[in-house]
Amino acid sequence: MTRQLLVLIGTRKGAFILSGSPAGRDDAAGWRLSGPLCEGWPINHFRHDPASGALLAGGGSPWYGAAVWRSDDLGTSWTHSSQGMTYGDDGPAMRSVWHVEPVGDVLYAGVEPAGLFKSIDGGATWAHVEGLTNHPSRPSWQPGNGGLICHTVFAHPSDANRMWVAISAVGCFATEDGGRTWEARNQGVRVDGLPDPYPETGQCVHKMVAAAGQPDRLYQQNHCGTYRSDDAGRTWICLDEGLPSTFGFPIVAHPSDPDTVFTIPLNGDDRGRYVPEAKLAVWRTTDQGSHWSSLREGLPSSDAFVGVLRESMARDDLQPFGLYFGTSTGQLFASADEGGSWRRMADLLPPITSVETALVDA
Amino acid sequence: MAVVVLPRSLTVLFPGAERRVEAEGRTVTQLIDVLDRRWPGVRDRLCQRSDALREFINVYVDGQPADLATPVAPGSVVHILPAVAGG
Repeated sequence: MTRQLLVLIGTRKGAFILSGSPAGRDDAAGWRLSGPLCEGWPINHFRHDPASGALLAGGGSPWYGAAVWRSDDLGTSWTHSSQGMTYGDDGPAMRSVWHVEPVGDVLYAGVEPAGLFKSIDGGATWAHVEGLTNHPSRPSWQPGNGGLICHTVFAHPSDANRMWVAISAVGCFATEDGGRTWEARNQGVRVDGLPDPYPETGQCVHKMVAAAGQPDRLYQQNHCGTYRSDDAGRTWICLDEGLPSTFGFPIVAHPSDPDTVFTIPLNGDDRGRYVPEAKLAVWRTTDQGSHWSSLREGLPSSDAFVGVLRESMARDDLQPFGLYFGTSTGQLFASADEGGSWRRMADLLPPITSVETALVDA
Repeated sequence: MAVVVLPRSLTVLFPGAERRVEAEGRTVTQLIDVLDRRWPGVRDRLCQRSDALREFINVYVDGQPADLATPVAPGSVVHILPAVAGG
């Protein structure tokens, strides 16, 4: 069976699919772009569910509200639903979906205003995971610049009762009982600009991932630094030394090496939020964050006034694995050699909010 | 029967939905319920809560601004319009 590699791109103006042969990752000319999908809605996360084969897109229309879109034919036809995705008539209005996470047969959606919803019917209907919203810290939750958003959701690979979420600007939470109760896990994560820089919650986590093969090792890129936890998020170690700034959005784990992650630092929250010195680079550590080095070959080395948002970097599962990232000004870059060299795959897309990959039957 | 005029951006979300629809109802909310039975999910797209339209959805009954509770007479023309917004 021939396989096809899909790069799934969420943007402020719809979803797009870049498709090509896995063997042709080196050749940008061999790829085909389709879209815009999802009727041009702002899409915050666009992904593949390997279990069902569905494409799932989470977003929100300024007119028609939040929804999770689903395609079971690789993007040809779509359904959408937000049935049940509500805090009730007395609660805040639902604005958007920021992350969709399949966990076995269950779909989870992280939403704005921050909360978690669950679907057991493939996204047709949704139920509020009230335990997170009922956390005692909820009255103190404050939005980040992008809103009060639950943008990261993932489960332990062998115990679906153990899950983590990340909320801006609130922090990391974990459950050990399938979502009934949640614990804030932010010890050691700094909040610049607060009288107490290490509160229980209030951290502006931008993205969080689990390390390959070590699910209790987490990495996070924060508004105020880059961090690693070796105890499932209970305590965090700052990894800033060696990075060009403390500010950035995405962080991506290596597929098999728990000591290796990739991030794209930006120059700072009050300096324009583009890459340092306008030189585009992906930064990698191979020793748990003790040392960092930049990967730049093929990336613009000057005048790159671009940013990369939280969901906008991904890898594939080929060997060697590929890395991909999209900018907030619509360029998509790809590496077929684990970040060693890069090429531009698309240049004129709307602002990119999400990049994921999928390997499917052609 | 009232005539409900729907925006393109809504009908494209529901395969088979038409721009002009005849529907029976005595209020705007009853008309939206009729649309939702024909094309499940329409109500979710138009209403923020059970008693309120979404912030940027405007409804006019016979040319006058309306809300969910506004009465509709036989022969009324009801326009559902997305507000002019965005970039």
